[in-house]
Amino acid sequence: MNYKLIISIARSLLLARWKQTLVAAIGVTFSITMFITLLSFMTGLNDLLDGLILNRSPHVRLYNEIKPTKIQPINFSKDFINYHNFIHSIKSTNSREEIYNNGSIMETLKNDNRVLGFAPKLTAQVFFNEGSININGLINGVDIIAESELFFFNDYLISGKELDLKNVSNSIVLGKGLAEKLLANVGDVIQITTSQGEIFPLKVVGLFQSGLQEIDKLQSYASIGTTQKILGKSKNHITDIQIKLKDITQAPAIAKEYAQLFQTDAEDIQTASSQFETGSSVRTIISYSVGITLLVVAGFGIYNILNMMIYEKMDSIAILKATGFSGKDVNMIFLVIALSIGFFGGFGGLFFGFILSSVIDQIPFNTAALPTITTYPINYNPIFYIIGAFFSLVTTYLAGWFPARKASKIDPVIIIRGK
Amino acid sequence: MSEIILEAKHISKSFHDPVTINVLNNINFTINKGEFVSIIGKSGCGKSTLLYILSTMDTDYEGDLLIDKESMKNKKEANLARLRNEKIGFVFQFHYLLNEFTVLQNVMLPGLKLNKYSEQEVEHRAMERLKTLDIQKLYSKKANQLSGGEKQRVAIARALINDPYIIMGDEPTGNLDKKNSEIVFDIFKQLCDEHNQTLMIVTHDQSFSKKTNRIIEMEDGKIISQ
Repeated sequence: MNYKLIISIARSLLLARWKQTLVAAIGVTFSITMFITLLSFMTGLNDLLDGLILNRSPHVRLYNEIKPTKIQPINFSKDFINYHNFIHSIKSTNSREEIYNNGSIMETLKNDNRVLGFAPKLTAQVFFNEGSININGLINGVDIIAESELFFFNDYLISGKELDLKNVSNSIVLGKGLAEKLLANVGDVIQITTSQGEIFPLKVVGLFQSGLQEIDKLQSYASIGTTQKILGKSKNHITDIQIKLKDITQAPAIAKEYAQLFQTDAEDIQTASSQFETGSSVRTIISYSVGITLLVVAGFGIYNILNMMIYEKMDSIAILKATGFSGKDVNMIFLVIALSIGFFGGFGGLFFGFILSSVIDQIPFNTAALPTITTYPINYNPIFYIIGAFFSLVTTYLAGWFPARKASKIDPVIIIRGK
Repeated sequence: MSEIILEAKHISKSFHDPVTINVLNNINFTINKGEFVSIIGKSGCGKSTLLYILSTMDTDYEGDLLIDKESMKNKKEANLARLRNEKIGFVFQFHYLLNEFTVLQNVMLPGLKLNKYSEQEVEHRAMERLKTLDIQKLYSKKANQLSGGEKQRVAIARALINDPYIIMGDEPTGNLDKKNSEIVFDIFKQLCDEHNQTLMIVTHDQSFSKKTNRIIEMEDGKIISQ
């Protein structure tokens, strides 16, 4: 088949009715533009909201839960081994919260190439002293460098420098809500009372705002060493190891494996924050369906315009057939017309979609909950552009298919005699 | 005895909607190479219907049609299209040029479709034919800027582009004034005499048919004289 000839005929037919063609192409352009913008914006927001929780959550968390042991003394008794034993009022033993042998666990994690990184952590329940009032609070003892690297601590720091936490001894970074309650600012010294009743002075080196008020009112960060001092524990007292993996989807499997290997409790992110996954996937489905609806509407537009074009071009089709163009050739001509509308319209749509999402990316968006976000979030994922291009071609192909088939079936005798 | 170009064998055709009407009834004739044949008859006698069957565009008939000793029965649509492209040239009553294209492109289209010569060659051949018909000056004009007579000459040039075995015309002068009709007839005559081109023209123009080599007269779906 002579494709060059077919394309040149299709081009001439298109250019002869360039206004109609333009309208059809604009339809596609508009829908692809909206598709790209909607998805970029929607997933940008999704990522932002997920990031609020997921960025700061470890993929796998190793810890020791305080709970009664599963194997009770009666289970050791040979006499009752085949019995079902009912035991009431079991209490947890005075087990340690810390992770045993955490030095070698961390060594193992360092050598595991599925692990992106890990951050040890311990928490201390304390009272912040505000005059005669004690405010309940929590100090997270963290390795600030690992924390910044893996959990983007910097993003939430609204004043001060995170490295001071490491460099200044007995220092603390307070949540914004907590600092407001304590009337404390960077450089001030605050006092805390530990659960053992000791009073401890700490220097405020920074304030953070996580976007979640509950956290900001309750939590604060100190170095691991400082926290161990507050708790009066030894240098190897760690209660949590937070692990980030290279592939988040492996988290449940790896959590199980580590629980077995290290004899600790292990929680994966899918279990810990399943509701966020659900929310974002629903939002993604909505944006895709709106986008595809737009494309389908544009497809009907193309269908209409091609149908009209075929009625207008009946004579031309008849003459093409009379002079030796087969039904297949005519079919091809109209498919080329449809696909070129899809191609150029879709290409324009990708371009304008990019422009429009860049514009949205510049619109100021300030919210107290998200200190580091200044403009609306946009996700420039190339996959949206690939899907957009693909769908613009598929819908225009389908929209062109029926009219093209109709054109190929036109009987030239009827047209020519009908005059 | 000269070579047979086209042969109709027992061709019949009926329309069945709403009642069965016999349009063509057992048509038999042959056309030899270099003949200038006109088919005449009153309106509704089936002469146009016959022409479209002979042109392979209408495939719904009984009997057999041989073009260049090859049966057209049971051929696929794409094969017939190819055959029309290569062996048959058409001239219609209404000129049926593609308005989106220039005169030259209109003439070139069937040649490009045949894909036997390169584009430059097809263009050269198209210009030659335009020159033969004395309309080479119009080559860059759009089809809808031409007068009726000019359009018909362009249509003839287009019919000639692939050196067809036979040129078929359906009332090619029916829509033209006397002067233009004569020009078109003279072109046909010249093609027949100088290039030994076979022509088969359906017409009801008596003055036109009288001047041709052979007249096939039809009435009520039958040939009454040839």
